[in-house]
Amino acid sequence: MKIPSSLRMSPEMAPYVLLSPFVLLFLVFGVFPLLFSLYLAFQSWEPTSGLEAMKFVGLDNFAFALQDDWFWKSLKNTGWLAIVSGVPQHLVAIPLAYFIHSSFQVLRNVVVGAYFMPYITSTVAIAILFSSLFSTDYGLINVGLQMMSYVPVLGWLMPQNPVDWLNDPEHIKPAISMIVFWRYVGFNVVLYLAALQTIPKDIYEAATMDGAGRLQQFWFITLPNLKPMIFFGVTLSVIGGLQLFEEPFILTGGRGGSDQAGMTTAIYLYRMAFDFNDFGAASAMSWLLFIVVALLTWVTNCLFRPRGTSV
Amino acid sequence: MAIQSNRLAPWAAYCVVGIGALIMLAPFYFMFVFATHSRTEIFSLPPPMFFGYDFLANLNILTERLPFWRNLGWSLYVAIASTALTLVFCSMGGYAFAMFEFRYKNALFGLVMATMLLPSFMNMIPTFMIMDVLGWIDQPRALYIPGAASAFGIFLMRQFVSSSIPKDLIEAARMDGCGEFGIYLRIVLPLLKPALGTLGLITFIASWNNFIGPLIVMRSPEMYTLPLALRSLQSPVNTEWGALMTGSAIATLPLVVLFILSSRQLISGLTTGAVK
Repeated sequence: MKIPSSLRMSPEMAPYVLLSPFVLLFLVFGVFPLLFSLYLAFQSWEPTSGLEAMKFVGLDNFAFALQDDWFWKSLKNTGWLAIVSGVPQHLVAIPLAYFIHSSFQVLRNVVVGAYFMPYITSTVAIAILFSSLFSTDYGLINVGLQMMSYVPVLGWLMPQNPVDWLNDPEHIKPAISMIVFWRYVGFNVVLYLAALQTIPKDIYEAATMDGAGRLQQFWFITLPNLKPMIFFGVTLSVIGGLQLFEEPFILTGGRGGSDQAGMTTAIYLYRMAFDFNDFGAASAMSWLLFIVVALLTWVTNCLFRPRGTSV
Repeated sequence: MAIQSNRLAPWAAYCVVGIGALIMLAPFYFMFVFATHSRTEIFSLPPPMFFGYDFLANLNILTERLPFWRNLGWSLYVAIASTALTLVFCSMGGYAFAMFEFRYKNALFGLVMATMLLPSFMNMIPTFMIMDVLGWIDQPRALYIPGAASAFGIFLMRQFVSSSIPKDLIEAARMDGCGEFGIYLRIVLPLLKPALGTLGLITFIASWNNFIGPLIVMRSPEMYTLPLALRSLQSPVNTEWGALMTGSAIATLPLVVLFILSSRQLISGLTTGAVK
């Protein structure tokens, strides 16, 4: 295949030509929607009345969002879910990664794969499966809890009656958190395994010579060395948790659950647009949530930057 | 690597890690087991622990209630199209970012990277309006064309090009009279193969699992992709759980197979952004 010389790119032109398809799509579907959503946040508009019916309303949409009880409730739900599903992931992933790092050689990839697998599977399929596992009378999780309640000592901690995970406002959030935990803990294990590999082995050897036990080594060598990764990983989890949409959406049938207990802000702004037809208010809410996410990212970045973490 | 300060610890570690791994895999097992049981069997005491005989019956219900094979077909079609487009556009873009100097390069790259951190809910509403204006509602291209502008893909490709393709090689080819497009096609693309594999897998899986995208733009059940179709089977009363599990299992099986075949590549690809 010979390309005529008149059509040949010069090295100066090449990057522009190579980049143009990506940049075109990026501007149309990545940057423009963002700017448009900012514009929309200051407009009053219902999709049924056509694009001409848009009306500038200043900060009304923001004022509306900030006075809306459901918006605040959704923010609280989201914060709760982000923390309760996020923090335990790390409390489990760190020791787990340490065990895998120090004791597994042959089966290592198999084990890491088992923990990582939930991360790549369809959230919808998973959420559907869990909504059957969480069902009150015959769900496997309640059956399991019931069985454990016959075990001495452990049984005292178990609920006496089957838990109504999905309809009870008190229990929907723990149910969502469990799924999120299950789905992302493996991702964090991989992050920590990567960080563990960068800790030089001679530090451990020196510590062993000095008579430090496994637990002491973990506490005084491993943990301090993992610090940057811990901050980075926790930030990632919290930011991810604030965007939670699919798991609670499926588990609550797209409505947010009884008493809106499972309604995250992302779900609420979806409903605000597509169920209640208020696109302006929904856009204002998305920007308010974005500000929360950005502030949190910025704060954690400021606090922990000096240790040299990078994205 | 192992630190044998005492003999008991490794065994405790094996047990904890092993039991944990089983707990992680258990939901998959039950998904496939439930897929072969009827609704009444799933909701009985004790729940089924081993495979049953109702897989085909479930599949029948599924195809009666949904245009299931169409939904599966759309999922596959969108996933393949968006993978192909992403590979072409991102390899070109990533190569340009890694090997060329041009005006506003750093600003543009910074902008692209910034959108990678952008929460997915930000684009939900305006994307719907753009698709509406373009007349792309209920069109598969509303899913795979925006998907091809992948910031992650650009990042991955640039990373790979700058770490594994020497600049001298490109220079030498240029000296020998190879055109710019020829360099990309005959030198860069072949060398990019491993990275293209990783990005291809990740894009395919992301598209296959995508729920928010089709939720926004796909309105008629014949155009639903698999996740959306499965969700539409869920109702407050009389959900066909057996069929729903069969559908979920069919949606999950290709991913499990892909993952088993390429777990190392997938894991390292999906965590590059975080680990480097």
